[in-house]
Amino acid sequence: MAKKAQSTLPNMLVALTVIALVAAAALAALNGVTKEPIAQAQQAKVEAAISAVLPAFDRLEDRDVDGSVCHIGYDAEGNLVGAAIEAGNDKGFGGHLQLMVGFDKEGNVCGYQILETHETPGLGAKASEWFQKDSKGDIIGRRPADAALTVKKDGGDVDAISGSTITSRAFLSIVNDAANVFSNITI
Amino acid sequence: MKTKDIIKNGLVKENPTWVLVLGMCPTLATTTSAINGLSMGLATTFVLMMSNMVVSLLKSVIPDKVRIPAFIVIIATFVTIVQMVMQAYLPALYDSLGLFIALIVVNCIVLGRAEAFASKNNVGQSFLDGLFMGLGFTWALTLLGIVRELLGTGCFFGHSLIGGADGMLMMILPPGGFLALGLLMALINHIRRKSVK
Repeated sequence: MAKKAQSTLPNMLVALTVIALVAAAALAALNGVTKEPIAQAQQAKVEAAISAVLPAFDRLEDRDVDGSVCHIGYDAEGNLVGAAIEAGNDKGFGGHLQLMVGFDKEGNVCGYQILETHETPGLGAKASEWFQKDSKGDIIGRRPADAALTVKKDGGDVDAISGSTITSRAFLSIVNDAANVFSNITI
Repeated sequence: MKTKDIIKNGLVKENPTWVLVLGMCPTLATTTSAINGLSMGLATTFVLMMSNMVVSLLKSVIPDKVRIPAFIVIIATFVTIVQMVMQAYLPALYDSLGLFIALIVVNCIVLGRAEAFASKNNVGQSFLDGLFMGLGFTWALTLLGIVRELLGTGCFFGHSLIGGADGMLMMILPPGGFLALGLLMALINHIRRKSVK
């Protein structure tokens, strides 16, 4: 077996420096390769969420309204069909909750997707289906601009997820916020 | 050390989960479903193989007093590689494992094997040790994932076996992880002891 390097100061410095440099170089090279696919994967995720929550559209315009990212959809003639709005807050049971909420041109909710969630699996995490069309807490087709959406416990008419009132409140307040952003979009 | 012993050590005799009881954080946190357990196991296996190999190659040039920081840099590099590749090509899996990929760095098994095995053995043996320790970790996590997913959601690798049943929610929450781990550990060690006698 080769003689073991002694623990002298120069030896230790050289060994650690060389290892750190080689590691940094390897990671920098790999970052060059994976940067593009990572950006594409994130873009694809956002695009999939937009088409899931908007009525059919031909062209998208991305715009920043009140600090929220809005994806505004137009048809072939250039008429507004609706907008998908990214909104979120930190009132979820597990922290930050981020949604993509879609509105048609009248301001009715026509779909939503969860972009980021830390809610409890099996309880708050059910939000991904709970508020969809024909589910117990169906909010599709509602117009938050007329009356803010709230859970029954707070005097509203939306069924909260069983055992997850906090998640439901956070969820509905995000939808209401998104509706506010929607009404501030000027075409 | 014979190849046969290395294989047996990793898979059964010194299995990282059931016998050494190392790396419990990812074990409990990621085994909410079989596929998550399997993926976490395989990601750890890759890191173990590569770090064992590199540590074994460099064992004579790394001075003893700085060996731990040197090992950690090597391990962290491979974990970052796994993380970037997974984020680029398997984004859905990355979303569900997320934070725990980065935590492979501090998984005691990886540093443990670098210290206890790779820094004392040749490259080939270290590579095999990493592979089979990793596979031992993988089968343990997959089994735990299968049991928890089946009891918690009634599914097997995402396919519903029991139509309409919701399952016991507790099993995919943290308490279920401890219960399943404890009971499986008792069962497997019971079988192991019997077969030794």
